[in-house]
Amino acid sequence: MPTYSLDFERPLLEIERQIEELKKLGGDHGDELAALERQLAALRADVYKTLTPMQRVQVARHPKRPYTLDYLRTVFTDFVELHGDRLFRDDPALVAGWARLDGQTVMVIGHQKGRDTKENLRRNFAMAHPEGYRKALRLMQLAEKFHAPVITLVDTPGAYPGLGAEERGQAEAIARNLLAMASLRTPIITAVIGEGGSGGALAIGVADRVVMFENSVYSVISPEGCAAILWKDAGQKERAAEALKLTATDLLDLGVIDEIISEPPGGAHSDPDAAAQALGESLRRHLRQLARVRIEKLLKRREEKYLSMGAFIEK
Amino acid sequence: MAWFKKERKPRSSERVKLEIPADAWEKCDECGHIDIKERFVQALSVCPKCGHHRRISAQEYIDVLVDEGSWHELDVKLRSADPLAFESYKDRVQVAYKKAGELDAVRTGYARLHGQPVNLAVMDFAFMGGSMGSVVGEKVARLAQRSAEKGIPLMIVSASGGARMQEGALSLMQMAKTSVVIAELARKGIPFISILTNPTTGGVSASYAMQGDVIIAEPGAVVGFAGPRVIKQTIGQDLPEGFQTAEFLVEHGMVDMVVPRGELRDTTAQLLRHMAGRRPVEAAD
Repeated sequence: MPTYSLDFERPLLEIERQIEELKKLGGDHGDELAALERQLAALRADVYKTLTPMQRVQVARHPKRPYTLDYLRTVFTDFVELHGDRLFRDDPALVAGWARLDGQTVMVIGHQKGRDTKENLRRNFAMAHPEGYRKALRLMQLAEKFHAPVITLVDTPGAYPGLGAEERGQAEAIARNLLAMASLRTPIITAVIGEGGSGGALAIGVADRVVMFENSVYSVISPEGCAAILWKDAGQKERAAEALKLTATDLLDLGVIDEIISEPPGGAHSDPDAAAQALGESLRRHLRQLARVRIEKLLKRREEKYLSMGAFIEK
Repeated sequence: MAWFKKERKPRSSERVKLEIPADAWEKCDECGHIDIKERFVQALSVCPKCGHHRRISAQEYIDVLVDEGSWHELDVKLRSADPLAFESYKDRVQVAYKKAGELDAVRTGYARLHGQPVNLAVMDFAFMGGSMGSVVGEKVARLAQRSAEKGIPLMIVSASGGARMQEGALSLMQMAKTSVVIAELARKGIPFISILTNPTTGGVSASYAMQGDVIIAEPGAVVGFAGPRVIKQTIGQDLPEGFQTAEFLVEHGMVDMVVPRGELRDTTAQLLRHMAGRRPVEAAD
C-alpha cells in the first residue's frame, strides 16, 4: 500500500484498497480484479491529465519521485561520484561525478534530495550552499578539460538562504557559474526532473538544451513565496502557481525550455523505470545532436538562445 | 522667602520668527541629524554627520559619475510587455512609472568619465524595487554588447531586490542572458566595474552585480543573495549586527572595496585607467 499520497490521488487510493482487499479474499475474482485495474488506470490517466499548476508542484515535490541518484542508477552506468569544491567542504545537497551514457563518458551534476528526514537533513533538502555550486563549477571545468559533455539534473527548492551561505558568497557562486556555463567549451544538457527553484536551479541550468519532465516545475520563486510577498498570504499559493506560469507547457511556450519529457500516467513516482527510460531516450538524442556541432558554433548558438529570451515592447 | 528671585523674562515670540521655510531642513533617517538641506545635497545625499548613504535616483548617479554634458541615453523606448498576463502587473508598472518617472528599472547610456569613454547602466530602486524583468535584462545585455563591439568599458550601478516575479521564469532567464554577454566581455578583455548600492540582492546579485572585474560597494549597502527577512525566517533567529553590509562583504572577501559616494567618480576613473591595457580596437565614440 502507498504510504504517502497527494490529496487529488485519494480516489485512486480507494480503488487500490479495493484491489488489495479482493486479492486478500483469495478465490477466483479475476474478472472483477481486471475491471478494477482498468478503472484504476483510466482514473489515474484522467486525474493526471487535468492537474492544476499547484498540483503539478505537489507532484514535482512528491517524496517518492525519482531523484538524481536514482537516475544515475537507471539511466547511466559506471557512476563515480566526486566530492568537494577544494575550498571549503563537500556539499551533499548536490552530487556529481563521471558516468557513462550511450557509450560515452559524461559529467553528471544534480541536486539531491533525501528520502527520509535524516538524509534530508544531511542533504539540506537539496538546497545547496556556495560550496555545492563551486563543486559543480570545478567538475564542469573538469569535463571541459577532458572533452566530456555535461548533463545536469535540476531538483531543488532553491539555493539555501542561511548565514554561512551568505558569508561564503551564495550570490557570487551562482553568478560565477552562469558566467562559466555561458562559455564552457563542451555541450551542456539540463533536465529539470523535479523542482526548478530559481537561482539555485539556474546555477547548474545554463545549457545548450533544457528538457523538462511533464510534471516538474521551474520558477523564479515558489508559489508560497510569491503569494506571501504579493498578497501577504502564503495560503494563496494556488493563485500564485497559476500566475507564475511554472509548468513545462508554459515554459515551452515562453521559450525557456526546449522539450517536454512525458511521464507515465500517475507521474514519474508511479513508474520510475518508465520515467528513466523516457529521460534516457531524450538525453541520448540530444547528446548525439550536440556532438555533431562544432564547439564554436555551439557556443554561438548558446549565446543567441539566451539573448533572445524575454518579452518587451519597443516603441 | 527666597534669597534670590529668578527674573522671569516674558517669552517673546519674536525669537522663533526667523523666517526659515520648513523644507530648508533635512533629517538623516539613520542618526536623526538635522542639517540645512543644502549640506545634504552637496554631500550627494550622504549625512554630513554619520555618513549614512541615502538612496538616490538613477539620474543622480549619472550626475555623480559622468563628465558633465557627456551622457547619451540608449534604448529609451523599451517597456514591459506583461508576457505572462500576470494579474495587476500592468497597474503596478503604471504606478511605478508615476513614482520613478522611468519606463523600467534601469537606465543605460554612454558617456565619458575623466575623458574616458564608458558605457553606464544605473538601476532605479524606485521602479518596482529595481526588479529585473525582460526590459532590464535586454537593456543591460544591449549595453554590454555595445561594450563588446566597441571595446568600451562597462559600468553597472545596481540597486535591486532581485528578479521580477511578474515575469516568472523569463525574469530568471535574464540572469543567464546578461551573463552570456558579460562572458563575452571577459573573453575580449574589456573591463567591467560593478557598483553595488543599497540594496542589491536576489537575481541581480546572483548575476551581473557579482560578475564585475572589480566590485565596489557603497558604505552600508546591504548586499546578498537572500534578503535579511528571508534569512531570518529560515534560521529563526536575528541576524548578527552588520550582517550583509558592504563592510561585512569586504571583510569576507566578496567585494573589492567600500567607496563613499563622493569618491565613486575618481575611484572608478582610476580603475579604468589601470585596466585600460592595450586594446586591439581603439575606443571611438
